[in-house]
Amino acid sequence: MCLGVPGKVEDIWETDGTRMASVDFGGVRKEVCLAYVPDVVIGDYTIVHVGFALTKLDEKSALETLDLMKSVGILDEELNPTFDAR
Amino acid sequence: MPVKYLDEFNDPEAAQRILQDIARTVTQPWALMEVCGGQTHTIIRNGIDQLLPDGVELIHGPGCPVCVTPLEMIDRALAIAQQPDVIFCSFGDMIRVPGSTTDLFGVKSNGGDVRIVYSPLDAVRIAQDNPDKQVVFFGIGFETTAPANAMTVKMAEQLGLDNFSLLVSHVLVPPAITAIMESPKRRVQGFLAAGHVCTVMGMSEYEPLVDRYRVPIVVTGFEPLDVLEGIRKTIRQLEEGRAELENAYPRAVQSAGNPAAQAVVRDVFSTCDRAWRGIGVIPQSGWQLSDNYEAYDAEKRFNVTGITTVESPLCRSGEVLQGHLKPNQCEAFGKECTPRTPLGAPMVSSEGACAAYYQFRRAAQPVG
Repeated sequence: MCLGVPGKVEDIWETDGTRMASVDFGGVRKEVCLAYVPDVVIGDYTIVHVGFALTKLDEKSALETLDLMKSVGILDEELNPTFDAR
Repeated sequence: MPVKYLDEFNDPEAAQRILQDIARTVTQPWALMEVCGGQTHTIIRNGIDQLLPDGVELIHGPGCPVCVTPLEMIDRALAIAQQPDVIFCSFGDMIRVPGSTTDLFGVKSNGGDVRIVYSPLDAVRIAQDNPDKQVVFFGIGFETTAPANAMTVKMAEQLGLDNFSLLVSHVLVPPAITAIMESPKRRVQGFLAAGHVCTVMGMSEYEPLVDRYRVPIVVTGFEPLDVLEGIRKTIRQLEEGRAELENAYPRAVQSAGNPAAQAVVRDVFSTCDRAWRGIGVIPQSGWQLSDNYEAYDAEKRFNVTGITTVESPLCRSGEVLQGHLKPNQCEAFGKECTPRTPLGAPMVSSEGACAAYYQFRRAAQPVG
């Protein structure tokens, strides 16, 4: 829960006045709140903590981080927490 | 140098270059602390501690949020989760953290409505969808999860939800560094600060610590090369007799942090003394809901009394969290205490030092 995961902003909309986005994390899509990154636009990469984007990130760094997180198995653990994760 | 470990870096040559530079720089033993549990996992997974020159020690810090959430607060969460008509929502890491008598998994097994959510906003949505239930979110973590947790009460207010509340047990990094530096047992000579904490809060809170304790603090990321770069910068400072605040993670950390997130966090939370599990009370080291939002405070809404906390007599996680003991030096490690049967929180969490050692270093020490 404490690890930030980079992802690509695919779509942006407003829910009850709050900017929300669909973010792609290497194939897994999640709904993410953009309230704290007002300048993020579709196509940007951002670091997301528990459903909130906290900063922009360049594409190269984002893709490298995603690859690494996938290869050591922590991407799924962060994005899809379940009762039988362990 | 153990090739097995270097191969596991995404760029083994870059890792080798940094390691060689560190080896050339080091002339004496140094003890550094990585504050964040995510960094601890990287270090143990990639064997970074064993790739460093002899005499350079990494002391694992207390930066595992579920590990330091006080037992009294866990027991309070368990008591609330057991109440009828409550849907208790939590990050997944907290589910198997042992309370005095059970854990959230046990409450769920006994019929409690305990739900794991990915984002705190999922809990707000559950409250919208279940107007006849009380929905409680266990808002824990360091400064990284605070902007998300803070937003839940803002949204609950905006949506007029009177069935949502937050059980808050937030902890802060800078006061923990102060506590470590004030400890009579302190051995730490330099800190790798937690990168994403600074993504939110910026770097200014660390300047006074660098000045007061003459200790290098290097803002560091979480990937193997990031951690190596943080170590290189810290050791270089120590060898040159400097104590400065440096940023080794500029791609994600700007010195001002995220002002929008800081504004919401400062509005929703106020600073308080906080007990850290295994460590004790650290002054002004936590956030609680500010007076303006006390209507959303689960502690007040569910007035749980009569909590008597009981820690496992075998568990030495307090010493592990303060860097006095390595996990595999605990007698219960891997025997009475495993991720399936944890005696202490650091064996459960994906940020816990004991879990990192169990996952990657259970057997005899690897080649090194």
